[in-house]
Amino acid sequence: MNAERLKALALPVGLLIVLELWARSVDIHSDALAPPSAVLLALFNAFGDGSILSATRDTLASAFAGLVVGGAIGLFLGIALGIFQPLDRLMEVTIESLRPIPSIALLPIALIALGFGYRMEIVIVAFACVWPILILSRAAVRSIEPRLIEVSRALRLSPGDRIRKIIIPAALPRIFLAFRLAAGIALIVAVTVEIAINPIGLGAGIMIAQQALRPDLMLAYLLWIGLIGYALNAGLLAAQQHLFGPAALAGEVR
Amino acid sequence: MTSVALRKDISSAQLEKSHIAFSQVTLDLGGKTIIENVSLDVKPGEFLCIIGASGCGKTTALRLAAGLYQPTSGHVSFDGEPMRAPRRDVAIVFQDYGKALLPWRTAAGNVALALETIGMPKAQRPARIDELLKKVGLPNHADKYPAEMSGGMQQRLQIARCLAQEPKALLMDEPFGALDAMTRQGLQDEVLSLLDASKATVIFVTHDLEEAIYLGDRVVGLLPHPGRIGIDLPINLPRPRDQLTTRENPEFLRLRRELFDFIKASEA
Repeated sequence: MNAERLKALALPVGLLIVLELWARSVDIHSDALAPPSAVLLALFNAFGDGSILSATRDTLASAFAGLVVGGAIGLFLGIALGIFQPLDRLMEVTIESLRPIPSIALLPIALIALGFGYRMEIVIVAFACVWPILILSRAAVRSIEPRLIEVSRALRLSPGDRIRKIIIPAALPRIFLAFRLAAGIALIVAVTVEIAINPIGLGAGIMIAQQALRPDLMLAYLLWIGLIGYALNAGLLAAQQHLFGPAALAGEVR
Repeated sequence: MTSVALRKDISSAQLEKSHIAFSQVTLDLGGKTIIENVSLDVKPGEFLCIIGASGCGKTTALRLAAGLYQPTSGHVSFDGEPMRAPRRDVAIVFQDYGKALLPWRTAAGNVALALETIGMPKAQRPARIDELLKKVGLPNHADKYPAEMSGGMQQRLQIARCLAQEPKALLMDEPFGALDAMTRQGLQDEVLSLLDASKATVIFVTHDLEEAIYLGDRVVGLLPHPGRIGIDLPINLPRPRDQLTTRENPEFLRLRRELFDFIKASEA
């Protein structure tokens, strides 16, 4: 396993070395590229003055808040539409016409309505997160073993108990997967909003570095965003396996 | 002697009233008639087995008795009341035990589900769960998840959950169909002794003719396409039954022959 990991690291590390050697040999003066050593130094300095930490806090706070708001709405709608087919048919046109709208296209409206800052960014992230969670939790509820629904009918569970004791636990592994995918989307959308217009967070950090003609700092931000995304996914994946190991397995076997 | 006579009087008084009654029940599903004009009375405490070729509507008949399906015409009643929805005092044991158990709950948790629905206070549940698991032969498996148990154990667990409902009637849909022969015989005897204690009425669907004769007080055979009653045989074999001697009884062999001929004729 460790040997495998080392092998997987060989390619990116090798590329970095080649890039470094090439950058030094031609002594580049570029507005877009910088030698890896300069990027690492810029990242180190950005940690030193705290600028990248406060930007990370802003981005993650917006992304997380948007994920929670959008996730809650998506989950509620997904479960409701999964259970009540007539409601699903009623909502179908509305949902299918809202869903294809790129969340970033809401930016002008959100900006007028809410101005710059966290709130506008949270709304746009939430909009982006509603859909994958709605669609996946609706599918999760629909794919629950029909026998379990019959068991709940035979036991005469109340609608509340049926949702709480059967539907949610049965769908939970897949709902968690939906949240994991939406977390990645939340980070992407948050950074995009910041690059496009919102003067906070990591995206704004990239724009400032670009305007200051600091490709090393710009790439340092990119590297850092990549690392955050990787850590986020790895953490959620570990949590998923830890929480749903046996249950997820039992769910997959069918 | 007098007490025996007395018991007989009580039971014959009960026999006047049928417990589960189908009257002229027809069920259409998806434009097809699955069950046609079935009338059937099941007496309190009776162990009724339903047999028939595959696709004859055995399972559908059981679901009608459970209130999971509503008849297209005619009606199903329980203790004289129309069966419009499932009832907590009628428990159903599904064939596919692996799908009918909650995989995220332990054995104890699965039994607890039924206790929660009948509103048993939390403090009383652990003792009752222990008792039920012991009854079905799973006393040391309370903390195991269904995925960690064998098929026979999972089916025992499902039976424990049904017994937790304290049912007046137990409906069993080919409960041992997916188990190996030895496990199946063991479970047959356990079910007989469990029911001896609980006195519940049973409708037991099976495709195994010997199983039906071995367990039942009465065997009803269905004819396919559409499902209707083709044969209704009382089983007058002595109880308690025994896997060896009962199955060697000439009456057992005669009944097996009669049912076998019935199935053959129904498939022709």
